[in-house]
Amino acid sequence: MAIQTTSRPAPVARRREYNLGNILHKGVVYALLIGLSLLFLFPFFWMILSALKPEHQIYRWPPQWFPDPIQWSNFADVFGNPYLPFQVFIKNTLILEVGMITGRLLSCTLVAYGFARLEAPGRDLIFGILLATLMLPGAVLLIPRFILFSQMGWINTFNPLIIPAWFGEAYAIFLMRQFFRTIPKELEESAIVDGANRLQVIFQIIVPLSIPVVTVIGILSFKDIWNDFMGPLLYLNEVSKYTVAVGLAYLNGQFDTQMNLLMAASVTLMMPTLILFFIAQRAFVEGITMTGLKG
Amino acid sequence: MAVSSRIQLRKPFLTTKRREALIFYLLVAPWVIGFLVFTLGPILFSLYVSFTQWSMLSQPVWVGLENYRNIFQDPDIGHSLGITAKYSLASVPLRLVVALFLAILLNEATIAVGLFRTAFYLPGVVASVSVAVLWQWIFNPRFGPFNAALRLFGIQGPSWFSDPNWAIWGLVIMSAWGVGGEMLIFLAGLKGIPQTLYEAAEIDGAGRLQRFLRITLPILSPTIFFNLVMSVIGSFQTFDSAFVISTARAGAIGSPLKSTLFYMLYLYQNAFSFLKMGYAAAMAWVLFIVIVSITYLINRTSSRWVFYG
Repeated sequence: MAIQTTSRPAPVARRREYNLGNILHKGVVYALLIGLSLLFLFPFFWMILSALKPEHQIYRWPPQWFPDPIQWSNFADVFGNPYLPFQVFIKNTLILEVGMITGRLLSCTLVAYGFARLEAPGRDLIFGILLATLMLPGAVLLIPRFILFSQMGWINTFNPLIIPAWFGEAYAIFLMRQFFRTIPKELEESAIVDGANRLQVIFQIIVPLSIPVVTVIGILSFKDIWNDFMGPLLYLNEVSKYTVAVGLAYLNGQFDTQMNLLMAASVTLMMPTLILFFIAQRAFVEGITMTGLKG
Repeated sequence: MAVSSRIQLRKPFLTTKRREALIFYLLVAPWVIGFLVFTLGPILFSLYVSFTQWSMLSQPVWVGLENYRNIFQDPDIGHSLGITAKYSLASVPLRLVVALFLAILLNEATIAVGLFRTAFYLPGVVASVSVAVLWQWIFNPRFGPFNAALRLFGIQGPSWFSDPNWAIWGLVIMSAWGVGGEMLIFLAGLKGIPQTLYEAAEIDGAGRLQRFLRITLPILSPTIFFNLVMSVIGSFQTFDSAFVISTARAGAIGSPLKSTLFYMLYLYQNAFSFLKMGYAAAMAWVLFIVIVSITYLINRTSSRWVFYG
């Protein structure tokens, strides 16, 4: 008791002493935050400005900051180019998005429900193998998968990208299983007593209650598929089959590509994920922090 | 009466337990089939391919350990592994320090945190190809803003991606732009540190630096460990950025002068330019062993610096 009363005044005095220091500290924190966030945003800003400039204003020293006049036609040139039809690339990427996301959500829901709710011999072993595949570096699968798909005659089709998505994806299964386990069992039990089968339980009880995790997986999948480069690069080798990412790399690989058009194409590739991010920021943040908790 | 006898007949085959197991196997079947066909099968097959010479135009020819022997004699293997290791040694610490620093700043702030977090996280969301294309332009020696900024300090910037001595450092700097994911993981870790610990330390007279070194770092060490392992594994498989930047303007893979010939680029080149599938498969196994060994080594050191509460 005596110790407590004697030590109490000290921190109060210290805190007052610190007040100036605290204000200074806050000042430094916000100055750094503002400075660094401008630095991090600057490349985007530079890209958009470059994408709107006529070519002669791109190569100018000292740099001309703002395009004058704004040349919107750069985007029209990117889309109207008969050798690099970006509208076709967007269509191809969207076909992959629909095919892969549908397959992944459907298969992962079924598999994850099995792991979350049903008892069977070997279940934990299978689940362990599933988690182990998360550790596998993609490099090892690169060559044999390419050989497999080319033996199947799937090269230059969307099959090597879409079909495997219908067989579940380990990480999404893991996330869904964790989520399903938090849903009270009683809801399903009463439905089963009423004569519902397992598929009805999954799609009429579990799925409607799991919209948050399904959204996170759907949105992150959209981003990953949209951004993916190596998969489409390996399996799609005709320009008419390219995705947006491969199309941009191809445009970048041409000897005489204009920088302003390249930037306009780059904006085209970035925009959908950026817009999606602003609409569904929480899903991104949750997805990432869930990844972190996994480890 | 008839009904009950039917139930008795069926019981030995499909008890509720067996029925549940059967449904489980049916539900999990897609993943198991996918695993066998698209993962386990290919892995075993790739082991076989790595012992053959195969251009995919004819039948594979068994050559035993020759591919692995060649890997040890191929100067480009050592070269590409060296570049990859150099990149990893530079970019992983840089990324972790930047990510942790940004996370700490965000954790200290109270106003407009969401706005700042978005600004830092945004670059990690966009496609790697866009990022590479964009940074190529930022690092343009004559018209790019990076060298323009250096000029403000009186420094004549290098030619970055067209200079074999500097190309890899351009990629390292570029990689620090996309640390948003690691930053969010750090931020989640920081939020989990009980505030009372800091208050107690402050009462005991610990300064900011001491609080950071004695409280924040030890408690955050499992998160640092996680980010470290993930970044190292990722950096050893670097492909997109180096591929896009080196092949710009009809450049060769890994140009200039093979200075960005990362291991995965050389693997890709062997498989798809030289059509040496056996050699490329063997290369993938060597990379796998390298990654597993490094992860194992990091894990061995972890008992000394990772503290699990």
